[in-house]
Formats: sequence, C-alpha cells, structure tokens
Amino acid sequence: MLNIVEIRKDFPLLEQKVHNFPLVYMDNGATTQKPRIVIETIKQLYSQQNSSIHRGVHFLSEQITDIFENARNTVKEFLNAGESHEIIFTSGATGSINTIAYSFGEKHIGPEDEIIVSEMEHHANIVPWQMLCERKRAKLIILPIDDNGELQIDRLENLFSRKTKILALTHVSNTLGTINPVKKIIEIAHTHNVPVLIDGAQAIQHGTVDVRDLDCDFYVFSGHKVYGPNGIGILYGKEKWLEELPPYQGGGDMIKSVTFKKTTYNDIPFKFEAGTINYIGAIGLSKALEYLNRLGKQDIEDYETKLLKYGTEKLNEIEGLRIYGNAENKICIFSFLLEGIHQYDAGMVLDKMGIAVRTGTHCAQPVMDRFGIQGTIRASLAFYNTKSEIDRLVQGLLKVKEMFH
Amino acid sequence: MSLDEIQNEIIEEFEVFTDWMDKYYYLIELSKNLPAISPNFKTNEYLIEGCQSKVWLHAELEGDKIKFSADSDAIITKGIIALLIRVMADHKPEDIMNADLYFIDRIGLKENLSPTRSNGLLAMVKQMKLYALAYHAKQNK
Repeated sequence: MLNIVEIRKDFPLLEQKVHNFPLVYMDNGATTQKPRIVIETIKQLYSQQNSSIHRGVHFLSEQITDIFENARNTVKEFLNAGESHEIIFTSGATGSINTIAYSFGEKHIGPEDEIIVSEMEHHANIVPWQMLCERKRAKLIILPIDDNGELQIDRLENLFSRKTKILALTHVSNTLGTINPVKKIIEIAHTHNVPVLIDGAQAIQHGTVDVRDLDCDFYVFSGHKVYGPNGIGILYGKEKWLEELPPYQGGGDMIKSVTFKKTTYNDIPFKFEAGTINYIGAIGLSKALEYLNRLGKQDIEDYETKLLKYGTEKLNEIEGLRIYGNAENKICIFSFLLEGIHQYDAGMVLDKMGIAVRTGTHCAQPVMDRFGIQGTIRASLAFYNTKSEIDRLVQGLLKVKEMFH
Repeated sequence: MSLDEIQNEIIEEFEVFTDWMDKYYYLIELSKNLPAISPNFKTNEYLIEGCQSKVWLHAELEGDKIKFSADSDAIITKGIIALLIRVMADHKPEDIMNADLYFIDRIGLKENLSPTRSNGLLAMVKQMKLYALAYHAKQNK
C-alpha cells in the first residue's frame, strides 16, 4: 500500500498554492512532477560530477561515463530488456519514433509499401510516419477505434497485406486512457512478419512494461512523463534490428573511424547516439525509475486503479458530463465535456481554482474527429493524486456549470 | 472618446474586482451583450482558428471609421472580444493600426493574448490591425 501523504512530500512542486488554492495537479499526461531524488541528483551532478562522457581519460569523465552506463542498465532492467545495448538514449518519445521512422524507413520502405497506425495515436506517432510516406510514396493504413475508445481488433487482420512493413501503435491512449492489448496485437503482426513499434509514452509510468514478454521490436517513451527530467527519452530496439538499421543522425560518438572517403559506424547503442547525449537527463531518468521501483509498480497500478474507479463514479454523477474513453482497461485519465460548455472556458475557471488540467485536442486530432468534437477537458492523474483532489475537481466543475449556464 | 480613454475606462472598471471569479463573471456578462455577428460572416472565410477556441471577425468601414463584429465558441474568449471591440471599434483606421493595447495587461488578462495560448485572440488583434491597414491604404489611394 502506498502512503500518499508521505509520497507527496517527495514532490516539492506539489506543495505550492496556485491562485491562493492548494495546487491540484492533474496534467500528468502532459508531464509529471519530479521527486526530490531526481532534482537533487541533477544538482549534485552539475555541482560535483559534470564532465563529458565517453571521451576523457581523466577521473571525472571516467566517473560520469560509469554512472551514465549504469543508468542505461537501470532502464534495461526496468523494461526487462535482454541487453543494455538495446537501450538507446534519445531526446524523448518523439525523438525515438523519428529515429525509427527514418532508419527503418530508409532501409525497408519503398513505393506502395504500407505502414499501420491506429486512430488513437498521438501526433508524434502519426506525423513521422506520414513524412516517411511522403518521402517514399508509401501509404498509411489506419486501425479504427470504437465508441468506447477501444481498438477494433477484429478489423486488424484485414489491414495486413504483402505490402505491410511496420505497425506503430500506442500502448496507452493519451486522450482516452485506453490500455491497448499490445501483446496480442504484436503476436498478430508477427504472424505476418511485420515488426511493431510501441509508443509507451503514456504507459511506462502506470504499470509494468516487459519488452521481452511483449516481444515488441521497438518500444519508446519519454523521461519527463515518468517523473524524470525533460529532454531525455528511450528507444528500446531488439538487437537484430538495431544492428541492421542505418543510423539516424551523424556526428561524434556514433562513429568508429572517419576519413573523407569513408566512415565506419560505431557499435550499438552508440551508433544511434550521435553527439553528446543528454547524460545528466539519462542519469536523472534512472533515478526516477529506481524511485518507482522502490514504491512498487504493482502498488502504483493498484492505487491508480482505485483513483480511476472513484473518479469515474464521481464525474458520472455530474449531470451533463460525458466521458470520452470508457475502455474496460484504462489508466487514470478522464477526458470529458460538460454539455453546452466550451472546454476552454472550463479549463480557465478550473485554473483559477488551483486545478491544473489540459484542454484542447491533446495532440490527437484524429481522435477528436472520430468523436466529432473540438476538444475535451483532460484530467490525467498520477499516484500522488488523491480522492480529495478528485472531489476538488468535481466541485470545480460544478462551479463551472453554475457560471456558464 | 479616444482609444486610450476607453482603455483607461476599462482598467478603472476592473479595479473593483478583487477576485478572479468576479472578473470571469463580468466577462461572461460582456459576452452575452456582445452584438451577434451576422450569420453571413460566421463562416470559414472569417474564421481565425486557435488551438483552444475559435474566433470569427468581420470589419467594415462606415464613414471614416471601422465597425467590427465578432464571435467565439468559448464564452471567456467572447467576453474579451467584447472588450477588444469596445476599444478598437468606431475609430479611424490609423488609430487602430497604431493602437497599443495596454489595458489587457493592466486588467490581468495578458495570458489570454499570449502567442502560446492559441485561443485566437492574438490573431484577432492582428487581423483587426490588418483590416485597419487595408482600409487606410484604400482611403489614401
């Protein structure tokens, strides 16, 4: 069992007041707050241990290279990957997807080839593939969702053709909260010899991810959404893919030798880590993951499920409120609208009551189109949120209703 | 009244509000009193699309002054539109072009005109000035 009162003390930002109200932070789908251990680690690194990795012969460089490579190992273990060289540090989930869209695309995508994505993707898992399709004259094939915000899995089989080259799918919808049955989908894709990239940006912080159990070919996530620093992300790739694919960006550290005639690339993971990687961010991220390990991933999941149940009940009691995304299996995200009230108006008033939510399309316009709406109010919760904060949200929404009716 | 005199008047009106909610209640009131835009102009042609809310804006010259009519799908945005129109409308193109809208900051609504907010309001102000520029050019032909 998590002791939330104690846990909240680990997050200094949550202690503040906003517009004279104790802050209720429910925009965790956009970014999560950082535990003290992450903040202090970054401070400690910059004040005592900073030096460039992989280059120096000197004490500090060697020391930070060790810490950095240990961070890679922490990520490997967190994902239960087989090898630490299957873990690539990138700038974020977006950076990771762009890496694969480029590297995989250059090698394996040609005219008329097909790439499958779902209707519930974040723009970050649509646009890089669209850009690839434009470069290679390939086609994007869409797996649709139903009214509950669940994938129409029964239609998946028919989407595969001999031209299908890769499937890119979100593990959890950032808008609807749906947890997709990715293991099953990966299995289906593999029967067609199609590799799968899973966007774990909204999944990694809410439960256990085991890339070997999932058997995904690529798995990506962002550090800042999992209580780590901004500007760091992860690309997990199966060794065979990372060995085979060409690098994305060229630069220092990703090479073995450079002459003006020919350059030979470094081994993985360094082949995909051009330039000076955000090593401070990487180490900060590893501290965040260790923190989650200490709390216990199962306990986090159990507690958030309770919040989801409580919040769903309370929100459904509000007359005229409609929740978008009622999947059987979902994370603690509430995307909703109040009848006759613009989401932006609601968000503005909630803000003035110290409640931070996001309003708009949440970088998932196709989802909005699917439901025929312009946007939603999204309250995305984390394990440091409480039932009494959900009560504050409900009170806030009742106030919104009173004001705009 | 000059454009700046109207701005000062609004600043004074807002001084009585000590609470955010009072300001918002006032904006809601203003939104209700904003004269409706003609359906002919509530079309895509006159739409300024923000990420958060939509704004429709139309302008025409009457005599030597510009009339504006506008609307939004969000109420708070519409309330701010009412303020912007109160300040900007019925002035000469030249005055509108050169208007320095300091009142927004002074009444604490600056965030609503920030480029990152993307509610259509900043684009609306730009559009108002563009209309003024166009009419000004026409007048001086």
